Amino acid sequence: MAGIPHDHYEPKTGFEKWLHERLPVVSLLYDTLMIPTPKNLNWMWIWGIVLAFCLVLQIVTGIVLAMHYTPHVDMAFDSVEHIMRDVNAGWALRYMHANGASLFFFAVYLHIFRGLYYGSYKSPREITWIIGMLIYLAMMAIGFLGYVLPWGQMSFWGATVITGFFGAIPGIGEMLQTWILGGPAVDNATLNRFFSLHYLLPFVLAALVIVHIWAFHTTGNNNPSGVEVRRGSKDEVKKDTLPFWPYFVMKDLFALGVVLVIFAIFTYFMPNYLGHPDNYTEANPLVTPAHIVPEWYYLPFYAILRAFTSDVWAVQLASFVTGGIVDAKFFGVIAMFGSIVVMVFVPWLDTSRVRSGKYRPSFKWWFWLLALDFIVLTWCGSQPAEGMVPVISLIGASFWFAYFLIILPLLGVLEKPLPVPATIEEDFDAHYPPKDATAPAAE
Amino acid sequence: MSQAEDNAGSRRDFLYVATAATGIVATGAAVWPLVDQMNPSADVLALAAVEVNIADVEVGTQITVKWRGKPVFIRRRNEEDIAEGRAVALSELVDTDARNANEPGKEALDQNRTLDEAGEWLVMMGVCTHLGCVPLGNRAGDFHGWFCPCHGSHYDTAGRIRKGPAPQNLHIPISVFLDDSTIKLG
Amino acid sequence: MPITRPRTPRRLRLNDLNKGTDEMIKASILAALVAFGLGSGAAVASGGGGHVEDFAFSFEGPFGSYDKMQLQRGLQVFTEVCSACHGLRQVAFRTLGDPGGPEMSSSQVKAFAKLFEVNDDSDGAQPGDTREGKPADKFPENHGAGAPDLSMMAKARAGFHGPAGLGINQMIKGMGGPEYIASLLTGYTGEEKEEAGVTLYENTAFDGGWISMAPPLDDDAVEFRDGHSADLHHMSQDVAAFLMWTAEPKLNARKKTGFVAVGFLVLLTSLLYLTNKKLWAVAKRKA
Repeated sequence: MAGIPHDHYEPKTGFEKWLHERLPVVSLLYDTLMIPTPKNLNWMWIWGIVLAFCLVLQIVTGIVLAMHYTPHVDMAFDSVEHIMRDVNAGWALRYMHANGASLFFFAVYLHIFRGLYYGSYKSPREITWIIGMLIYLAMMAIGFLGYVLPWGQMSFWGATVITGFFGAIPGIGEMLQTWILGGPAVDNATLNRFFSLHYLLPFVLAALVIVHIWAFHTTGNNNPSGVEVRRGSKDEVKKDTLPFWPYFVMKDLFALGVVLVIFAIFTYFMPNYLGHPDNYTEANPLVTPAHIVPEWYYLPFYAILRAFTSDVWAVQLASFVTGGIVDAKFFGVIAMFGSIVVMVFVPWLDTSRVRSGKYRPSFKWWFWLLALDFIVLTWCGSQPAEGMVPVISLIGASFWFAYFLIILPLLGVLEKPLPVPATIEEDFDAHYPPKDATAPAAE
Repeated sequence: MSQAEDNAGSRRDFLYVATAATGIVATGAAVWPLVDQMNPSADVLALAAVEVNIADVEVGTQITVKWRGKPVFIRRRNEEDIAEGRAVALSELVDTDARNANEPGKEALDQNRTLDEAGEWLVMMGVCTHLGCVPLGNRAGDFHGWFCPCHGSHYDTAGRIRKGPAPQNLHIPISVFLDDSTIKLG
Repeated sequence: MPITRPRTPRRLRLNDLNKGTDEMIKASILAALVAFGLGSGAAVASGGGGHVEDFAFSFEGPFGSYDKMQLQRGLQVFTEVCSACHGLRQVAFRTLGDPGGPEMSSSQVKAFAKLFEVNDDSDGAQPGDTREGKPADKFPENHGAGAPDLSMMAKARAGFHGPAGLGINQMIKGMGGPEYIASLLTGYTGEEKEEAGVTLYENTAFDGGWISMAPPLDDDAVEFRDGHSADLHHMSQDVAAFLMWTAEPKLNARKKTGFVAVGFLVLLTSLLYLTNKKLWAVAKRKA
């Protein structure tokens, strides 16, 4: 593996050598586990492990739930209740899976915002970032597909609304939507294929995760100072880093423990808090719930979708320019996907020479405004589109795009960054000063 | 190594061992539900025992009921069935075990196969001991009991294998009279 | 056929468990169908519109668990009143004997199941054939009056939403499903109106304020065997508690497991904290 120089695995015994010549799997594990990791990583660098745990949790609980679930419109709802009532520990497995999805998204949002703050997307980590966005898109797809499976009212109407996005595409939309649904409306064919894809895509996601890790193990981790690990020699590397095992494994496991305590409180004491009551009513194609809302983790983007109504000048302009092809509905869909796609381009939209937001005085303010914007949009998405909600949504959605398309490019030019530490060692020593200034750096 | 360092070392080792042990226990506790969920669920277990109403079964007829996914023959034997069954000596039998789950290990005498003393009620699995087909009943086959059409196994009036490839007598499940008109299976 | 004030149909009485009640059941089912036949149920809103009172239930909070006597009373209300129109198709009779439920004895469960006619699934049965219920069977569906199935109702409604739609008070008060049910049962004002041939009853808890279900309960509609007060308020609360159990039968086990899980995770996390601290001490010049 390219990147930071470090000690490699040396097969010692006869068997180790025999195996190494045929399949260097131990070497791969060793290099992955012992990788030099910047020693100044802070507590925002724990979410990767939490996410890895979530992926395993979801796949494992998902596989066992699939042993009892029936993907048929007449039986899906009842089979979920069968899991809740009759299957040994079935209620625990289902509640873990449902709340596990929430934990997954909670962690991924903190992971993404950590990357946005510390400039983890900047060169040379663009590929890591883009793969990460693909992982996020896959998560959204998987979460949506999975939410349809219990076949409650929100499952059904959520599926109807979300697949309607594709119907908004001019020309081919209706054909595309019919193709996705397998019929004119959400029905048994839809449920069956959604089950199949909900089972398949997590493994695609797992493959993407491996590529994601491969990419940042090649470039090395970013860190709070945004300064690269010195790579002149192994000794230099040792001053800036500590091996992943045991230092960061233990740190991450401790953090994971804290997260799991909170997760267990949700799973065992308020398992339905993050869900929607309507999904405990079986799907009924003839009755729409009064207020359709997606799961909380889609709400910011749902708010952006709804923000662009036909009375917004940008929508009217788009409609005029395209001769009516882009109407408000299609505009909303473009805006929603666009709000995610725009993040893919952030490595090139951010023009600053300084990587970490810690040393960018104006950037900090804009960044926290973006974080606030995200929370406000989440709230907007959960509310009926009436009163002040559409106005706030529009402002929030506009700021989202403005941050990436206007503020980030301009800031890099206008802002005067603070001095950046010369090395990771220097950053670390500032937090944990050597006891004796003349003593050599800690070992 | 000084005494103090040694103490510090053992304290550290103890902490590491305690942490690892707790982690292993936690992992085990998390894995158990994943294993246990494959065991029969509560609705399946609820059907493990069924009660059969036999009030309408006439002498010389039999009914077939489904129990744990398999057929069970309940025959109310007539005088002829009983006489023929009791006339058979142990030495004539292919399988000398009664195959009666209610009385394990008994010899395959007619008395040891029936549910009541008088020998009127014969309750047994309708599964041929050869390859699992369902034998035909009502005095079928060479021995006036049951005959398996798949590979030609003949059972007598007590459901004992007499001829053909089947190795064992038809098995008798756990069964008991709850009252005069009800038999409980399982 | 406009019904001004349908009397509550008395379908079954638990006190009649040992008597032959078939005829009475059939007659009262018919009466119930007639009485409610016109009030087709369109009650599909997930609550939220009306006023929901914060009833105090024994199963609230991290330490709360079901009160089995209350569940038995609730079962009695359901059986004698609600079951005339509503089904409980997810609930198996056998679970009435499960720990953390009404905890009836196996002979009580057996006798109770016999009160219900269920679809005959035996070999050779014709579609539409019925037989006596057995413990392994589920409560029958009940579509006749267009009333919704109540198995999941307590989880399909949220009583509390605020503040500002944030749902934070669900953390404190709970989701409010059983509170919604109890509020609905006690929320009739006595006003009624007719719309498109359907009689609607004013209800302060119901979204929109007008419900097609006639007031099902009034004081002493049932007689509790444990001598508990059977005024409207108590009956409503008891049946709401019972319906919470039908919706979430594993609540007791869930919380018990939760305490073990959280406690053990706290222990493990504490050990990991100490281990991590010790491990990093040298690197951080703290050792």
